[in-house]
Amino acid sequence: MKFHCSVDVRLKPGLLDPQGKAIEGALPAMGWTNVSDVRVGKHVEFYVEARDQTTAVAQVHEMAERLLSNPVIETFAIRGVEAFAGLTFEDRP
Amino acid sequence: MTRRPRIGVITFPGSLDDRDALRSVRFMGGEGVPLWHAEHDLREIDAVILPGGFSYGDYLRTGAIARFAAVMDEVRTFAARGGPVLGICNGFQILCEAGLLPGALIRNRQLRFVCRWVDVRVESSRSVLTEGLASGEVLRVPVKHGEGQFVAGAGDLRRIEDEGLVVLRYCGRDGAVDDAHNVNGSLDAIAGVRSEGGNVVGLMPHPEHAVDPDLGPTGGQPMFASLLASALARV
Repeated sequence: MKFHCSVDVRLKPGLLDPQGKAIEGALPAMGWTNVSDVRVGKHVEFYVEARDQTTAVAQVHEMAERLLSNPVIETFAIRGVEAFAGLTFEDRP
Repeated sequence: MTRRPRIGVITFPGSLDDRDALRSVRFMGGEGVPLWHAEHDLREIDAVILPGGFSYGDYLRTGAIARFAAVMDEVRTFAARGGPVLGICNGFQILCEAGLLPGALIRNRQLRFVCRWVDVRVESSRSVLTEGLASGEVLRVPVKHGEGQFVAGAGDLRRIEDEGLVVLRYCGRDGAVDDAHNVNGSLDAIAGVRSEGGNVVGLMPHPEHAVDPDLGPTGGQPMFASLLASALARV
């Protein structure tokens, strides 16, 4: 079975986020003076071929832990692991 | 005649400073041994350098993909046996990602790439990079990085400081550590750290660009001399 998976990776709360700060700095010039604590993370999407959903979730968890995030500075959350029946980008002729 | 220490330099896809590292090893009297990331072979070296550059385009996180290269299995084993391992810039980032050094390196505080000469102060002589150097000694070396801000969780940082794992800090010419000389906003102005055993060291500055007096300051000379001496001690 094919599963569509997505994982969010975020910088840990205590760490300074220079990218977030830069965005925050640009907003007041555009008129938005009421924005604070901007933080930038990553959203990763992919497909996994697996026997069942439990197997797919276990694999996504391990992938997120070992490669997609660095536990020293980041946390991750699995946003979805859903059975997918359609064509993926790579399946298209 | 004493044997010259064999210092391996690993080339990853995207490494830039492997040639300079090899040249500096030769300049300082060692034998430079080129190593390839995809090979499970360290060619009987006495020390290994992970050079600077942008392995795998810095995609995902700096060093995140290079840490899974085949050669890294051998580096891990070599380090566990006490072998001297030096990570410079991207090499430092790879060693942190591999968990061989504490902490991590993120985007510079000022969000800009920084390329300039800096002064660093020796904090610990218990490392293969600073053996024979006195604490407080100031060395001039260049930096050139966009993601060199050293960070660690509060607990990790306390352990790094308490156990004396800081090897180098950014400082002024007189050795004073202050925010103005902290080129990338690193926590506690940390420029380099070591493993508990002292045989694995990582630093953001580039000692390999500072050994030849014809090309400028030579703050890298004592660091390479220390690495070569540590490697020779294993021969």
